[in-house]
Amino acid sequence: MNPREEKVKIITEEFSAHDTMKNFGQIELNKASRSQPSPKGPPTPSPEKMVSEEAPPDSQQGPAQEEPQTRLLSATARRGPRSLPPIPSASRTGFAEFSMRERMREKLQAARSKAESALLQEIPTPRPRRLRSPSVKELETEFGTESGKEAERTQPEDASQSHPRVKFRDSARKIKPKPRLPPGFPSAEEAYNFFTFNFDPEPEEPEEKPKPKPRDETGQEEEKGEEEPPSQEGADRMDEEELVQGQEAEDFLLGLDHRAADFLAVRPADYESAQVRLQREQEMLFVPSRRTVPTYKKLPENVQPRFLEDEGLYIGARPEVARGNQNIMENRLLTQETGRRWFGDDGRILALPNPIKLLPSRPPVLTQEQSPTAELETLYKKAVKYVHRSQQVIGSGDPSGNFQLDVDISGLIFTHHPCFSREHVLAAKLAQLYDQYVARQQRNKAKFLTDKLQALRNAVQTGLNPEKPHQSLDMNQKTINEYKAEIRQTRKLRDAEQERDRTLLKTIIKVWKEMKSLREFQRCTNTPLKLVLRKEKVDQKADEEAYEAEIEAEIRELWEEQGEAYEQRMEAYRTSYQQWKAWKKAQKTKKKKKRQADEEHPEEETEEPHPGEAPGKPTPPEPPDRAAVEQQVRERAAQSRRRPGEPTLVPELSLAGSVTPGDQCPRAEIWRRDDVKRRSVYLKVLFNNKEVSRTVSRQLGPDFRVHFGQIFNLQIFNWPESLTLQVYEMVGHGSPALLAEVFLPIPETTVITGRAPFEEVEFSSNQHVTLDHEGVGSGVPFSFEADGSNQLTLMTSGKVSHSVAWAVGENGIPLIPPLSQQNIGFRSALKKADAISSIGTSGLTDMKKLAKWAAESRLDPNDPNNGPLMQLISVATSGESYVPDFFRLEQLQQEFNFVSDEELNRSKRFRLLCLRSQQVPEFRNYKQVPVYDREILEKVFQDYEKRLRDRNIIETKEHTDTHRAIVAKYLQQVRESVINRFLIAKQHFLLADLIVEEEVPNISILGLSLFKLAEQKRPLRPRRKGRKKVTAQNLSDGDIKLLVNIVRAYDLPVRKQAASKFQQPSRSSRTFSEKRAASPSTHSPTHSADYPLGQVLVRPFVEVSFQRTICHTSTAEGPNPSWNEELELPFRAPNGDYSTTSLQSVKDDVFINIFDEVLYDVLEDDRERGNGTHTRVERHWLGCVKIPFSTIYFQARIDGTFKIDIPPVLLGYSKEQNMVLERGFESVRSLSEGSYITLFITIEPQLIPGESVREKFESQEDEKLLQATEKFQAECALKFPKRQCLTTVIDISGKTVFITRYLKPLNPPQELLDIHRDNPQATAELVARYVSLIPFLPDTVSFAGLCDLWSTSDQFLDLLAGDEEEHAVLLCNYFLSLGKKAWLVMGNAIPEGPTAYVLTWEKNHYLIWNPCSGHFYGQFDTFCPLKNVGCLIGPDNIWFNIQQYDSPLRINFDVTKPKLWKSFFSRSLPYPGLSSVQPEELIYQRTDEGAAAELQDRIEKILKEKIMDWRPRHLTRWNRYCTSTLRHFLPLLERSRGEDVEDTHRTELVRQLGDYRFSGFPLHMPYSEVKPLVDAVYSTGVHNIDVPNVEFALAVYIHPYPKNVLSVWIYVASLIRNR
Amino acid sequence: MAAGTSTVFLLMVNGQVESAQFPEYDDLYCKYCFVYGQDWAPTAGLEEGISQITSKSQDVRRELVWNFPIDVTFKSTNPYGWPQIVLSVYGPDVFGNDVVRGYGAVHVPFSPGRHKRTIPMFVPESTSKLQKFTSWFMGRRPEYRDPKVVAQGEGREVTRVRSQGFVTLLFNVVTKDMRKLGYYTGPADTHSIPVPSVPQ
Repeated sequence: MNPREEKVKIITEEFSAHDTMKNFGQIELNKASRSQPSPKGPPTPSPEKMVSEEAPPDSQQGPAQEEPQTRLLSATARRGPRSLPPIPSASRTGFAEFSMRERMREKLQAARSKAESALLQEIPTPRPRRLRSPSVKELETEFGTESGKEAERTQPEDASQSHPRVKFRDSARKIKPKPRLPPGFPSAEEAYNFFTFNFDPEPEEPEEKPKPKPRDETGQEEEKGEEEPPSQEGADRMDEEELVQGQEAEDFLLGLDHRAADFLAVRPADYESAQVRLQREQEMLFVPSRRTVPTYKKLPENVQPRFLEDEGLYIGARPEVARGNQNIMENRLLTQETGRRWFGDDGRILALPNPIKLLPSRPPVLTQEQSPTAELETLYKKAVKYVHRSQQVIGSGDPSGNFQLDVDISGLIFTHHPCFSREHVLAAKLAQLYDQYVARQQRNKAKFLTDKLQALRNAVQTGLNPEKPHQSLDMNQKTINEYKAEIRQTRKLRDAEQERDRTLLKTIIKVWKEMKSLREFQRCTNTPLKLVLRKEKVDQKADEEAYEAEIEAEIRELWEEQGEAYEQRMEAYRTSYQQWKAWKKAQKTKKKKKRQADEEHPEEETEEPHPGEAPGKPTPPEPPDRAAVEQQVRERAAQSRRRPGEPTLVPELSLAGSVTPGDQCPRAEIWRRDDVKRRSVYLKVLFNNKEVSRTVSRQLGPDFRVHFGQIFNLQIFNWPESLTLQVYEMVGHGSPALLAEVFLPIPETTVITGRAPFEEVEFSSNQHVTLDHEGVGSGVPFSFEADGSNQLTLMTSGKVSHSVAWAVGENGIPLIPPLSQQNIGFRSALKKADAISSIGTSGLTDMKKLAKWAAESRLDPNDPNNGPLMQLISVATSGESYVPDFFRLEQLQQEFNFVSDEELNRSKRFRLLCLRSQQVPEFRNYKQVPVYDREILEKVFQDYEKRLRDRNIIETKEHTDTHRAIVAKYLQQVRESVINRFLIAKQHFLLADLIVEEEVPNISILGLSLFKLAEQKRPLRPRRKGRKKVTAQNLSDGDIKLLVNIVRAYDLPVRKQAASKFQQPSRSSRTFSEKRAASPSTHSPTHSADYPLGQVLVRPFVEVSFQRTICHTSTAEGPNPSWNEELELPFRAPNGDYSTTSLQSVKDDVFINIFDEVLYDVLEDDRERGNGTHTRVERHWLGCVKIPFSTIYFQARIDGTFKIDIPPVLLGYSKEQNMVLERGFESVRSLSEGSYITLFITIEPQLIPGESVREKFESQEDEKLLQATEKFQAECALKFPKRQCLTTVIDISGKTVFITRYLKPLNPPQELLDIHRDNPQATAELVARYVSLIPFLPDTVSFAGLCDLWSTSDQFLDLLAGDEEEHAVLLCNYFLSLGKKAWLVMGNAIPEGPTAYVLTWEKNHYLIWNPCSGHFYGQFDTFCPLKNVGCLIGPDNIWFNIQQYDSPLRINFDVTKPKLWKSFFSRSLPYPGLSSVQPEELIYQRTDEGAAAELQDRIEKILKEKIMDWRPRHLTRWNRYCTSTLRHFLPLLERSRGEDVEDTHRTELVRQLGDYRFSGFPLHMPYSEVKPLVDAVYSTGVHNIDVPNVEFALAVYIHPYPKNVLSVWIYVASLIRNR
Repeated sequence: MAAGTSTVFLLMVNGQVESAQFPEYDDLYCKYCFVYGQDWAPTAGLEEGISQITSKSQDVRRELVWNFPIDVTFKSTNPYGWPQIVLSVYGPDVFGNDVVRGYGAVHVPFSPGRHKRTIPMFVPESTSKLQKFTSWFMGRRPEYRDPKVVAQGEGREVTRVRSQGFVTLLFNVVTKDMRKLGYYTGPADTHSIPVPSVPQ
């Protein structure tokens, strides 16, 4: 039944039942239809929306044409339900058949009502809507189509038919509202039927007839219900169940009666025959047959089996199942109702290709004995370092281990380069031609051929001679003919060669001329090429004769030849003439015949002449003309040969020409040269397509030659398959571009290092380069002509000269892989594009074979497993085999690149942003990166690039010896890696970094705060309040000041009241101050140098310089001056970056220089003395104190008395110790030598120093030991938080190492021990001095962030740089090896802050050594810079200071007392015997004295130049005599370590330079770089003297100590001649 | 750096910190500041501000109304580091100490027009119960060292916070030259205005 029809019926029923309603609706409909005059017009959205809201999704919606009507009637549809009248109750009484059912139903109600309440909640309510809305809508639809009338028509028809149904429906409806169970309605009906069938068959019987109808009806309803959401169906089913239960309850009650009838009865045992049983069994049991099921049974009707495999889809292999089993299964399945769906389209049972699960699963093992946690316990195993086996193999000398190929790349020459100027192009051409010329000249083919010709001619001559009887004539004739042919051939070749030579020479000359004109035109010379043509005079006569003879011979030969040829031709002519004649005759006869047959065959006639070949009448050949031959020969000779008597031209190409210097060139040329300078080239060496090494990047020279001269030793395991060089070019600091690849041949096994010749391999690149300067570019047409004609296109090309050879092992065995491996190598060479190995079958080589195999083995091309192989085969067979030699991680990256990498790299903005995000210092604070590339000036990068460049330059230039260059490079690397590590570590935040929170109050704080309450508001002795600390971020230039408070100084050197002064009373320029001091201040005329008291010996002032700002105090008097002045110096952070990291890395030092102000009377004439005073102020440097800014920054303030660094010899000054002693006070101070200054330095406002990096480094130490260290440190910190306690340190590779491992007796250099064999004290001092000569490099500066890296002593000596710890460790190890008791002291010193010193126990006292200066102090020395002691470290233990005081003056160093020193290893934790990280012994190489001497000269030269630079307005004269004297002194100073030489030194000087006033001093430093030396000389201010007749002297002495430790002495002096 | 007029875009933000809802607290004031990237620079107006103290309304809404105006103009070359407004609200505790009542941040809306934003506010929690008590007792609650932390993602993992209330902000955003530089931020009215082709 058509569902729509059916609905219409239902609807009409409703309307027939309620006529009023119908009428009403009719009116409404009419109205609506009127209001919508064109129902089939385009839909408007809003009504449709209404409908869709109203109507549930209805699949039975009519065709599209009905839609307008739907819309049309939507208004009615909404109204419909509202206007429905109440259901008439009278319907109950309608029919007798129903009465029974009604009763039954009411009975049901009782059982049902129980379930109802529960169902009420669950049942969705839209039931009424469901019934009505679709039906009403349908009704409207119908009406709409036929406009009312149709409805009228259909209605009566249906009305009569459906009357009973209507009644039934009504009754149903009556029930429906009552239980309010709308979805249950039809099923209830069904249930009811069910019950009536089962339990009430009799009353049902009369009803059997009407029965189908309601059932039908319900069925329809059911069908409709199917459109409903499943929830309702679920509700239906629920309802049904409920009903059944209710019924069952009833049934149960009834069933009791039947039970009574079940009485026990005795019967004989039943026997069932086997047959019966079988029969029964057959009824009951199903035995699936083993026969094959026909396909049609397995498939739906009329469906052909479909084989997906045939259609090209991949079907995996089915698991193996026995055919019989399969049949059984199929049969079994077929008996089931849903069995069909087990079969696929091909009629077979569906099966997975692989029934095994991908992931294994197994049932949990339940063992009672062991708990799961015990099994899951992890075992710790220490990582073991993997030592590469091959290394051991080498050691054992096994030859199969590794082999070595030496690739020597000597250089690169560009034969064309984009930066070539036109001249270069010509020069290259010229050079090429010249090379060619030279090569030809060497081969001299023309000469060879001429000789050959001569020989042949001779042979012919002799052959023609008849006096050879034994030769048969014809034989002779034959050979002569052969000879002649050869002569002809040779002559031709010779002529060609000669012509080529000549043209080559001509082109050379032409190119040279072009080049000359070009040079003239561009007014500069770019290439040093120069061509010289040397004329070689020839003997005119002989030459002419030879020439003529040659021509004669040639003519003769030619003549002969031509004669022969003529003969031949004549012969040919004759024969052809004969032929022609014969033909002619034949023609004539033919013609006759033709005329006869003319009438019959007119057309034949026309055809007739054609078949005859019509040979033309042959012309007799002309006899050869001798004159013509001669003419010809002469012409050719003139063309290709040198004219007789003409001098031979020998071109010689030399590079002797001079290139115009850059400043005289035109602009474009300068640009070109600059561009060339910016370019650099390097080569990558690829071995078996893997980059193994690369050369250094070298600048392109102006001659486009690059010299590398590098030898790469390739340690290889396999036979080499390919060896490639890649030429990379870099412009500026841009990204390198691959120019070309050069393939080097693998050398023969006989080619061994040393014997391999240098070979040149050419390469060329097809890149296109256009340049905006004189450079001609590459791949771009250009022309030499002004009009642009005659264009040339040149590609970048060049030659690499190299040699490849096998290395020779130590015992002379060449390191070549054996042949067996070679074979393997060859095979693998074949499979160069090896992608098959990725599939797992390596070794397959032949693609075609593979494809064949694949076809033969019928590999399923659609199997995903075979996918890669298939693709490979298809690619390989199609010929475009491209197998990348790399593995791409992000293979889709290319798709996402919106712009090519090159373009991205070219973008300046991108570069700027990158640099900024990399925190490059120059750009870190770059604000407002411009939007467009064009707004970013190149200038921005200049500084950065310059810095990069400078760094490289320093590496090559400043470090005079290669070792230091390497060290600098290595340090740089370590630094970078450490900085990177710290950058990562900095990302770790702690709560305290982000949140300010009050500490948990402990009792002391509470007590303090309570105490504070009782405190006086205005105490008499006010406490110092801490300054407010400023975070670094909101600072700018000028906010920070460095305050230096200079309090006083002690024991400054005083001017020596030189005896010379009295010895030379004639000197007029006595120091003025002396005089003034002598007379006015003391009013004592008797005062002289002999009077120690009241004598103004020195007038010192202090100058503080920091960051190029200089401040100085006023001048005080006397050797113990007191200034008490505060100097304020501004501080500028680098790049305006005041962040903590930036401030930490400030490397500036605060120099505190002490000068003596000397006033000189400059009056020339004593007579003018009364009129005015003319004095000149000179200042003499006395000494300095240098404090790094980083120290001030980390210490916040520096307060103390510092030893002034005074040169060992201060000419004109001395320390007047004896006088002080006589005076009898300050005896304590006098105990130590040297001068001191008291300072207080701080930063205003106070900056917060950076926090140390909290990073836990990995460690090789035992876990227990590490835990113990943490515990120990925590305990120590609890007791004395300020005392330094060190247990573990970080080594240079970033691992935590227990500190005692660093201490171990290590041998000092033997030479140092040899000097003072019998004096251990002197030896100790010497060793300390040696250690102090190793340059100092603070870690905190190099490693931003407070972190110390400890290097072992051998690393330290290799690096030749380190900070206090390294010095202290080395010194301590030396002392230990000298047999002293020595400890490392960790504590605080001034000015360094936390530092390491060395403590030694001498016989009865302790000595404290400063490892960086080499000085030592007694324990009770007041001037000992070590101010407090945190812990002592020995080789086997650590002792923490738990005494009340920590000043070395007040503590007891006896570590055996556990009350004073808390030891790390004790009875509870015994020393486990840790192995040392130090080497077994240190090996010292003697320093090359020659190199030291060279360095010495170099430094002297640099310093002299610097001094002259610093005096730009004055003439700087060098006193050579004095210099040589000073040079003589310096070694003495070194020998005596700057002590006890003063007096002898002085007298010596005075003796030699008697009439000079002399001021100067030696400076002593360890050597690290040139720059600190220059700075030191500058800071003394020697150059500042501007007396006109001043002369200077400067001497440098370098004393080499073992292991490249250099002690540098610089003696600077200024001399003023006394008149 | 010669930056022409067309090489920056301008972002003008005005509006106000309208009101707040802090059910537990009263008498609050708020501070605001802007956090922006390196390519941004304020050209006019105030970058930071501190409001008056307001008390709760007496009606059922119990709102704290500040109506504190924001008016600032930025210029920039790069949308990276788009400005965020960071709000911090303070008020007295039981003992009369000023303590922080909430931190919050939100980006200035990208598209021009009028936007209303309600920001949830939070405060860092004390690390332990004891500290919580003492901080309450002493009137020194944990605070961020720098309120700008709430505008960054770095280092937040170490903190624990508690939500406190809401602040409602009103933004009126005007941009200039954004489109010229190739940044389309506005609503889908792109066809209404002819887009000038991006130079370059």
